[in-house]
Amino acid sequence: MTMMTGAEIVIRCLQEEKVEYVFGYPGGAVLHIYDELFRQDKVKHILVRHEQAAVHAADGLARSSHKVGVALVTSGPGATNAVTGIATAYMDSIPLVVISGQVPTHYIGQDAFQECDTVGITRPCVKHNFLIKDVRDIAMTMKKAFYIANSGRPGPVVVDIPKDITAAKCAFEYPEEVHMRSYNPVMKGHAGHIKKAMQLLLAAKRPMIYTGGGVILSNAADELTTLTRRLGFPITNTLMGLGAYPATDRQFLGMPGMHGTLEANMAMQHCDVLLAIGARFDDRVIGNPENFASLPRKIIHVDIDPTSISKRVRVDVPIVGNVPDVLQEMIKLLDGEADKADISDWWQEIAAWRARQCMKYTMKDIIMPQYVIEKLYEVTGGQAIVTSDVGQHQMWAAQYYKFDEPRRWLNSGGLGTMGVGLPYAMGAVLANPDRQVACVTGEGSIQMCIQELSTAKQFRMPIKIVNLNNGYLGMVRQWQEMFYSSRYSHSYMDSLPDFVKLAEAYGHVGIRVTKPEEVEGALRKAFVEHKNDLVFLDILTDREANVFPMVAAGKGLGDMILAEDL
Amino acid sequence: MRHIISILLENEAGALSRVSGLFSARGYNIETLTVAPTEDLSLSRLTIVTSGSDDVIEQITKQLNKLIDVIKVVNLSEAAHIERELMLIKVRAAGKDREEMKRMADIFRGRIIDVTESTYVIELTGSGSKLDSFIQGIDADLILETVRTGVSGIGRGDRILKL
Repeated sequence: MTMMTGAEIVIRCLQEEKVEYVFGYPGGAVLHIYDELFRQDKVKHILVRHEQAAVHAADGLARSSHKVGVALVTSGPGATNAVTGIATAYMDSIPLVVISGQVPTHYIGQDAFQECDTVGITRPCVKHNFLIKDVRDIAMTMKKAFYIANSGRPGPVVVDIPKDITAAKCAFEYPEEVHMRSYNPVMKGHAGHIKKAMQLLLAAKRPMIYTGGGVILSNAADELTTLTRRLGFPITNTLMGLGAYPATDRQFLGMPGMHGTLEANMAMQHCDVLLAIGARFDDRVIGNPENFASLPRKIIHVDIDPTSISKRVRVDVPIVGNVPDVLQEMIKLLDGEADKADISDWWQEIAAWRARQCMKYTMKDIIMPQYVIEKLYEVTGGQAIVTSDVGQHQMWAAQYYKFDEPRRWLNSGGLGTMGVGLPYAMGAVLANPDRQVACVTGEGSIQMCIQELSTAKQFRMPIKIVNLNNGYLGMVRQWQEMFYSSRYSHSYMDSLPDFVKLAEAYGHVGIRVTKPEEVEGALRKAFVEHKNDLVFLDILTDREANVFPMVAAGKGLGDMILAEDL
Repeated sequence: MRHIISILLENEAGALSRVSGLFSARGYNIETLTVAPTEDLSLSRLTIVTSGSDDVIEQITKQLNKLIDVIKVVNLSEAAHIERELMLIKVRAAGKDREEMKRMADIFRGRIIDVTESTYVIELTGSGSKLDSFIQGIDADLILETVRTGVSGIGRGDRILKL
């Protein structure tokens, strides 16, 4: 068998895993690996401008494609810059393999140049991590890394490789499979519990289905849609779960939670049987857990991760298993017995909540941000992949762009990381070259990874940036208006750049939009005329628009503030 | 409530810090923690004494199981078990205290394993509460130094934690 260097083995492992794109940034400790990247053409490297964006872009690729995202960074600052990206992926259970260079083994612990304890720093925000100490361990470790990242509840895995290990040589053979005595995710749900769950659901008078990111991650949208349609129950998808069930369907009640619809939140509160699937009863979704638990309802919870079950809310029927497997079992049970309780009264109650039209907003002479998202939806025919950053624009995008399919909506739901939107869009365009990709952002968030306009130019990424520019850190300002007597402490953005000129400086197209009647035309120009260009739409919106409906932090889900109340 | 949790984990660098890091990250309490390799050198056996409501203990058990390096987790407190802790305590043993200290060591079935003109080192094994009682039973001013291993535990009878 021919001998290979550790660096060559790393690249061969990526090839074996059919990795098409690696997002990275070179540096001393990874030079051997970069040399091997140069000497092959199967794995393409995308040179970002900051390591945080490398991880976010790999994450965006994973979210939009069901592949494992891969990032490559150097030791020390390369690794620490990657941490925000890793923590973001961890909170949303995104499968990533992040390879970091490390100083040579005999330098570890000596405070060497660009040394940091990468395994120690990343330990709390990875599914698992490895420090490789022998070139003979590289192949098996890489195999394990991909396996762990993409099985069970997915998550990021860091592989830290000292420079001398990438220079050492050994024979290469990629393991066909991997067995770990300490890691065996449960796939099939407990048959007895599934049966009990179906009995509860069929007898329910006020049933409700609530699903999260787990349905998207496990590719269970088809099974979910089949089950929901056959049951005829109302359904809500969380911020992470949008697209799992078609948003334009009659049974869909909109998003739940802090900025969810009245009908979704009321149905969550007042149902008698709640079927939770791949969701984790997050504080932004159920509000105050004591208030939520105080209402009498039976809860069925399907999740692949046992720790998600009964973590924040006690459940009555726990089902640990892979979501599509469990849903298939549930659908099979439906084939046998068709008798289910009449829920027409429940739908009438829901219709009354719907009639309140909680999402309506008032048009003004200035551009309303909600209107921009509605026009974006129209112009893209609802077919675009939409990424967002974090803040008001994120909520408006989630509320007003109706996602009918999974993996079309990419945002940082768990960690709430500003700056993800542009790198997510970079990952999404590479994984979906035939699809329109829009990055809905704000003038605050976009500046957190603005340097990636350069990467987007180099790799000709036709992203459409929809910047809802209100000159404020809008969500912070909204909270200050509502809870701090309008003392806008450091929530305004002074000295903003001229985004049009900035886009042009990077070699892109910039368009400023200041009037409502210009919005649609500008969007069409961006998506049609400049189909193949990156277009930065700087849209000056109503400066003090607020996101409604709203459930204030710590309140019960039923305690909603609607726009009409003000 | 106090619980004794036994864990089998991969005897690998960093495995212990994954366990201890989990406790600090999620705000769980560690009263004592002991760890050493087993007869199979690829495995470590770890005993943690912790406390919390039933919900918290359930989460701790699940979160431990979720760690990739953890192979098995058992809550020993759920059934009959034995717990032992070792303490070495250095005490002043001069004049009238010398006789008294010897007598206390005998009562608690401790052994004096180091002797000087003015000090003893007493080795004492038992449950944590027995060691506490010994400390409370002697004059605090006479204690020069104590070192305790933390609790090790094992299930009684057929209850076996093995691969």
